[in-house]
Amino acid sequence: MNGVDIQADGYAIEVKRLIKSYGEHHALRGIDLSVKWGDILAIFGPNGAGKTTLLKVLATLVKPSAGDVSVAGFNLKQDAIMIRRRIGVVTHQTLLYDDLSAYENLRFYGKMYDVSNLRDRINHLVAQVGLESRIHDPVRTLSRGMQQRLAIARALIHDPPVLLLDEPGTGLDQHASAMFATILNSAANKQRAVLMTSHSLEQGAALSSRVAIMADGKIAYEGSKQLDIGNLREVYYQCTGVKD
Amino acid sequence: MQSLKRNALSMSSLLGLTFVTMLAAQLLVFIYVPTEETMGVVQRIFYFHVPLAWNSFIAFAVVFVCSILYLRRRDMKWDRLARTSAEIGFLFASLVLITGTIWSKTAWGTWWAWDPRLTTTLILWFIYLAYLLISAYATEESRGARYAAVIGIIGFLDVPIVALAIILWRTQHPGPIIFEGGLTGAMLLTLMVCILAFTLLYFCLLVQGTSLRRDRNEVKMLKRSIDEGK
Amino acid sequence: MYRSEGLKGSADKILTIVWKDIKSEIRTKEIATSLVAFALLVIIVVSFALEPGENTSTIAAGILWVAFTFAGVLGLSRSFVLEKDKGCLQGLMLCPVDRSLLYLGKMLSILVFMLVVEAIIVPVFIVLFNQHGFPPQLLVIVPLATIGFAAVGTLFSAMAVNTRARDVMMPLLFLPIAAPVIIAAIKSTGLVLSGESWGAIASWLGVMAAFDVIFLAVSPLVFEFVIEE
Repeated sequence: MNGVDIQADGYAIEVKRLIKSYGEHHALRGIDLSVKWGDILAIFGPNGAGKTTLLKVLATLVKPSAGDVSVAGFNLKQDAIMIRRRIGVVTHQTLLYDDLSAYENLRFYGKMYDVSNLRDRINHLVAQVGLESRIHDPVRTLSRGMQQRLAIARALIHDPPVLLLDEPGTGLDQHASAMFATILNSAANKQRAVLMTSHSLEQGAALSSRVAIMADGKIAYEGSKQLDIGNLREVYYQCTGVKD
Repeated sequence: MQSLKRNALSMSSLLGLTFVTMLAAQLLVFIYVPTEETMGVVQRIFYFHVPLAWNSFIAFAVVFVCSILYLRRRDMKWDRLARTSAEIGFLFASLVLITGTIWSKTAWGTWWAWDPRLTTTLILWFIYLAYLLISAYATEESRGARYAAVIGIIGFLDVPIVALAIILWRTQHPGPIIFEGGLTGAMLLTLMVCILAFTLLYFCLLVQGTSLRRDRNEVKMLKRSIDEGK
Repeated sequence: MYRSEGLKGSADKILTIVWKDIKSEIRTKEIATSLVAFALLVIIVVSFALEPGENTSTIAAGILWVAFTFAGVLGLSRSFVLEKDKGCLQGLMLCPVDRSLLYLGKMLSILVFMLVVEAIIVPVFIVLFNQHGFPPQLLVIVPLATIGFAAVGTLFSAMAVNTRARDVMMPLLFLPIAAPVIIAAIKSTGLVLSGESWGAIASWLGVMAAFDVIFLAVSPLVFEFVIEE
């Protein structure tokens, strides 16, 4: 296992007064957020609310304009590289090289992440996502569903404790959904923390332990999932003015 | 209010000083300095060509410094300064090429003789063009500012090497070189005053251009907040 | 605990990136074949403008480097287009490595591709233009110039891929900046093809070396500003 030092009592993700502006466009207007180890947080919001921007900031892809961010105990400004070692990111792009095989893709990322016992790890992950028979075929020959499963394997190659998922519900086939559920279950064991953005209130609410709603670059509502789906819809409409 | 008044006062004095110096320069160029023997009346273009060339390089140095400052501090003010300086530099470089070409045609009979200094200015002109286009063509505005800053830095570091390569080239294959020859006292004085006048003009344009940019930005932001308030 | 990133670790990561690119290219042969074909076509088309048999070494050198420059611009732009696809550039940015290592990896792989293409084209060129044998100085001139191309070309490719009119932006950025290298390459190649030796081309080699050193030092530092979102 590629073990990572997790402080079980600390926060997996901590965000204070996060602001991100692109020129005059303010994508994030002061976000305060904390995610504990074991949490599965689902963030909902209409397009343009800033969910993806928030995720990108946490993934160290976008630099904040102001505010404090720490992920897995490391400060974003000083230790971005340490953060990258401890996060796994899944977006709607697969981040896979079409002309290389599944094995070669995983090997590439595995080497970039300094994964030890790489071959065993690759075989283990490929078995988990059910792609053993196609492991040496070029990615461009795999179906979309298979590519998505491989993308999940890619995100997990270095066994990251923090998972950032951008709208993961879309386009998953049943294998991928099953894989997903396993990941989320392991989170409940306090070994991981998951933050996902979602378009679908139903799917997101079913999978998560806490929910938040973003509108216009701010968090409009946050709470543990005690509301049922009907009330959640109501709150969503109140916060965003948009019907789910 | 006080600082606004102070700014307005210093701006007016800068403008006034520039006006006076430029007026003096015109008098010197067209009335005071005697016509040069070999090259004739057209030689007077020299007194505009050289200061313009000088300032187009100064403008690029300013772009360089402001680009570095922008990338470090991400304060839009440095980006505004850099872009305004680049626009002025581009204008000046264009004028250098035009005056140089006119001069070349009348003095040597050819429009373009691959003179080392003009050729270097031509490449500089293209680097300026790349700088201006990249900020226009970038997919988002903040990206454009960053890309332009990178071009500003790379381009500035490149210019000495460009000059070196072109001078090496033209020494091996010499052609007519324009604007050579000694300067008399009167000519030197005229040239100095012209350089001063154009440098002051550059600073005027820089200050005005930058504050115009800033005001334009503010208007845009105000419009946006009105739209959002609706 | 993870290995710390020392010199060996960095070199390892760079080579991992280079090897990935080479593997992809061996599968598709996309870059190599199109560049070789393109360079040959440029040489042939430019030759239409000149009478065969009349070409001095200087003119021939010019034709060769015009071909390499245009093919180079094409090849350099491909470098990041392939990464932009499927979001792989984001994948690279998520890796726990210094962004400058990403630059060096991409630069080295495109350098390798261009050198391979040039190694094919130069002998063909010598035959087509009836030059008297292969001047050994070319083994220094060509790599020196190509390193310069790759150094700034990688940077500009990463920029151009994020702009509108990206096919036009790339040459617009590249050609003025790389002008000293182009001039130096043409002049020195012309000299050695007409029988001159090292002494004659020393200053041109100096120009290219200076260019290479400066931009290999500066580009990795500014690369981070180019790929961040």
